[in-house]
Amino acid sequence: MMKTFTGLTALVLAGAVATTTLAQDDAAIKAAVDARQAHMSLFAFNIGLLGGMAKGEIDYDADAASAAAGNLAALARVDQSRYWPQGSSTLDLDAEQTAALPDIWDEGSDIGAKAMALVESTTAMEAAAGNGLDALRGAIGAVGSSCGDCHKAYRQPNN
Amino acid sequence: MYKALRYIVILALIGVGVFWVVTRPAQVDAAQVAQLSTDAARGETVFWAAGCAACHAAPGAEDEERRVLSGGMAFPSPFGTFHAPNISPDPDHGIGGWSVADLASAMLHGTAPDGAHYYPAFPYASYARATLDDVGDLHAYLMTLPASDTPSRPHDVGFPFNIRRSLGGWKWLFAHDDWIVPVTGETLERGRYLVEALGHCGECHTPRNALGGLDYGRWLQGAPSPDGKGRVPAITPDKLDWSERDIAAYLSTGFTPEYDVAGGHMTEVVKNLAHLPEDDLSAIAAYLKAVPPGS
Repeated sequence: MMKTFTGLTALVLAGAVATTTLAQDDAAIKAAVDARQAHMSLFAFNIGLLGGMAKGEIDYDADAASAAAGNLAALARVDQSRYWPQGSSTLDLDAEQTAALPDIWDEGSDIGAKAMALVESTTAMEAAAGNGLDALRGAIGAVGSSCGDCHKAYRQPNN
Repeated sequence: MYKALRYIVILALIGVGVFWVVTRPAQVDAAQVAQLSTDAARGETVFWAAGCAACHAAPGAEDEERRVLSGGMAFPSPFGTFHAPNISPDPDHGIGGWSVADLASAMLHGTAPDGAHYYPAFPYASYARATLDDVGDLHAYLMTLPASDTPSRPHDVGFPFNIRRSLGGWKWLFAHDDWIVPVTGETLERGRYLVEALGHCGECHTPRNALGGLDYGRWLQGAPSPDGKGRVPAITPDKLDWSERDIAAYLSTGFTPEYDVAGGHMTEVVKNLAHLPEDDLSAIAAYLKAVPPGS
């Protein structure tokens, strides 16, 4: 009797631990997804100023452009390894939660090279943004294309 | 009885004759292109506007590699998988031996130098509206690009679509060089030329019928993606409600008004259009605002 009780307790406890671990995993995954999506918003926010200037919707200001471009280059260099845990792709989560395709984690994934391309294009933008509107406009296409190349390969289309 | 049989034979012969005439490949002859200017610098603009590199560069090619038109990209479709051929100036594996008339026959009529019909994965149903001058300039530019000796890969197309002669019927039904949207004025006409002819936007943004012909009545109203994954969005003015300035900026940078970016094959399109002068991008934007809204 006593033995059975101990056994049951152990089972229940083990179950509770397992559930807690799962819940912790879910929370950790959600936190990582939130973090990477927030990071994307920061890119968009800073590109928004440069894009607005390139379009002529915002008056060109060398200091503001430099600051935004500096932010972009810094954002591109942020270590993102903890943003992308295993189990956080479109295979694991709902479409509303993530658009991150499982190919990101596949062997042969070139996401590192894609990230480097973003570092290069945003570094070039950082150097160009304060040197006049034409220089800014000359650099923005490469930033867009490094964003687009990665999204084309690794983001689920939203339609 | 004998008489009836005779009628059937005659009707069948007429049928064969009509099929033969309808499916006969059209070509441009040398005399039509003899007087053309062939300016490679102007041809480069045609090259980017027509998006040649988006399909004919090697898969994954970046930057300067996009000018090496070695082919190899695969295009899955309901009719089979098409492989973009080598169109670099290599004389054996590319189009180094092609005359201006050969290129014009290919682009305007979808006809190979040996008289075979091309599959409409090659967007000659749009290029048919291009001017001979632009084809001449493009030919001059293509011949300045690096040669590649990568062999072209044959298409993977099953019966009955592998009978090339029947493509003549497809062309007769679905390919023509009339303008689709009536517009007037220099900017709108330039925009229309870029969208309906060189840019071949309708090839993906317009739905197709069961035989793969473009449904001109639903021009640019969005369509299933040809590879079966997702949809190509509608870009009629009721759906694409961005300002003309936003559209032009998107076409040169890939950034949407919210600073998200182009995805899918549009990423390649933006890389080409980014080479066009601003006036051309504005003209495309102006034209898109003049397209009839979706039904």
